[in-house]
Amino acid sequence: MTSKAFGAFLIRAYIVIFLAFMLLPLVIMGGAAFNDTKFPSIYPWMGLTDRWFVDLWTDERMWGSARNTILVGLAVVAISVPIGTAAAILINSVQARTRSFLYGFMVAPILTPGAVIGISTLLFWNQFNVPAGLHLSILGQVSFIAAYVMLLVLARLQSFDFGLEEAAMDLGASHAQVMRRILIPHLYPAIGAGALIAFFQSAENFNVTLFTRGNSDTLTVYVGSKIRSGITPTINALALILILFTIVAAFAYEIKRRREQIRQQALDAAATKE
Amino acid sequence: MSELYRRYGKLLTLIMILLTAFWLLALVIIPNIVLFEFSFESYLPVDQLGGPLDVYSLKNYETFIYSPIHIRIFFQTIIYSSLVTLLCLCMSYPVAFYLAKVIRIENAPTIFLLLLIPLWVSEILRSFAWFIILSFQGPLNALLLGIGIIGKPIRWISGFNGVIIGLIYSYILFMLFPVYNAISSLDSNQIEASEDLGAPLWRTHWRVVIPHAKPGIASGCVMVFMLCAGSVIVPSTLAAPNSRWFTEIIQQWMFEGLDWNVGSAYAFLLLVLCILFVSIVMRVLNVRLVDIAK
Repeated sequence: MTSKAFGAFLIRAYIVIFLAFMLLPLVIMGGAAFNDTKFPSIYPWMGLTDRWFVDLWTDERMWGSARNTILVGLAVVAISVPIGTAAAILINSVQARTRSFLYGFMVAPILTPGAVIGISTLLFWNQFNVPAGLHLSILGQVSFIAAYVMLLVLARLQSFDFGLEEAAMDLGASHAQVMRRILIPHLYPAIGAGALIAFFQSAENFNVTLFTRGNSDTLTVYVGSKIRSGITPTINALALILILFTIVAAFAYEIKRRREQIRQQALDAAATKE
Repeated sequence: MSELYRRYGKLLTLIMILLTAFWLLALVIIPNIVLFEFSFESYLPVDQLGGPLDVYSLKNYETFIYSPIHIRIFFQTIIYSSLVTLLCLCMSYPVAFYLAKVIRIENAPTIFLLLLIPLWVSEILRSFAWFIILSFQGPLNALLLGIGIIGKPIRWISGFNGVIIGLIYSYILFMLFPVYNAISSLDSNQIEASEDLGAPLWRTHWRVVIPHAKPGIASGCVMVFMLCAGSVIVPSTLAAPNSRWFTEIIQQWMFEGLDWNVGSAYAFLLLVLCILFVSIVMRVLNVRLVDIAK
């Protein structure tokens, strides 16, 4: 074997190990959901059981926190998508100096630890006697998730031809029509991706939620308190369900993306023919 | 700004400005100012608010300075977060390079999809997975014993070992993706030219690929460090009793001590730490904020 071929073999082996490192823990965690032991593990294997799924199904607190997670996620999407989109359009049209100034403030929340965001949100609303609760979790999460939406929409805006808006206005379109018919449709892919990321970021958020939630639970907080108070494989059952849900969502997104790619290629091919 | 007004009219422009202003003022800037102010006030019962004791002081920060344990935990958090950041960079660089420049184009999406799965699984479940694997009678010890590599089970979750493994696993993808993005924008001809001119592999990387990937490396380092230093769940799941994390002290003040003022002083220290780290990385790697946050 030449040294070059050996190098190629080494890097391939490393990639395989890396993928195993990323994926095997999830497989082990999922597998432990079926093991009939009190303490979650896949070893020693004590036989196949579905009792952890049954336990999970009958856990009222889990259902409540799952509902909260979805409600908070939807609220975060509903608030952060308009804010992020508006901020991207705004920052795209101001002069360079104002732009980098605003940009700094807009990306700062992404680089701020969740605990700091959570505590500052709690203290700020406490000044107006707003008690802790999931409404504060929503606001705290929006403060950094809106930044992700802003970045996605801003990237998409770079490929926008502002001449289209001029043309629409010359043809007598109103301001609202320019926005609704010309600009927003161009931004749809970024807004869609932003909404998806916003929902998942919200659903998996722990740090901000922990400090702002008051007495309410979301799924992550529920899992966190379970891990502290007494672990049973019901958490594994929940983990497995969430992972499968994630895989389905990821595949659906990927398939949709590939379809669009193919459609775009077909359109491009048709355009060059003409 | 006038451009905006001309295109979208008075009402829409106003709405966009209000939305952005609400975000930046009510959700980002003023809460942090309140945090800052809170950290200089004393914790007082309601009837003493506005009284002679209700003055700004450095008392909360003195609590930190006069507590050797808290200082030690603060520096341990910095050291281990930096270590994890470095390890993440070293571990993910070969993968990023391979995905960006070596692998056949049609295989890339499959590997990305595989990597997206752990990214979308929440942090708490990821550290829980390692809690199972590393437990004393867990699968890792069983495997190693079975193969015969070790003679007796190892206590993996001792000192900061568990935390380091959990942090790497939880945040390495935040390093991998930015570095990948940066490398894939490099023209492959430059790598070939370097090889044709006789540069050994390491020099091609050191002089061509890494300088080009600097913004991605900076972005990854900043994200990973911030996530590590601010991590709540990984240390509380995977730390041994004697190895504590700075966020746990903050939690103690907020929930157990119920002294929000000292809590906010500690939170502010964490924020300052992250700002310092961002500026050091920007200075050392000579990149701008626009390059980091993309």
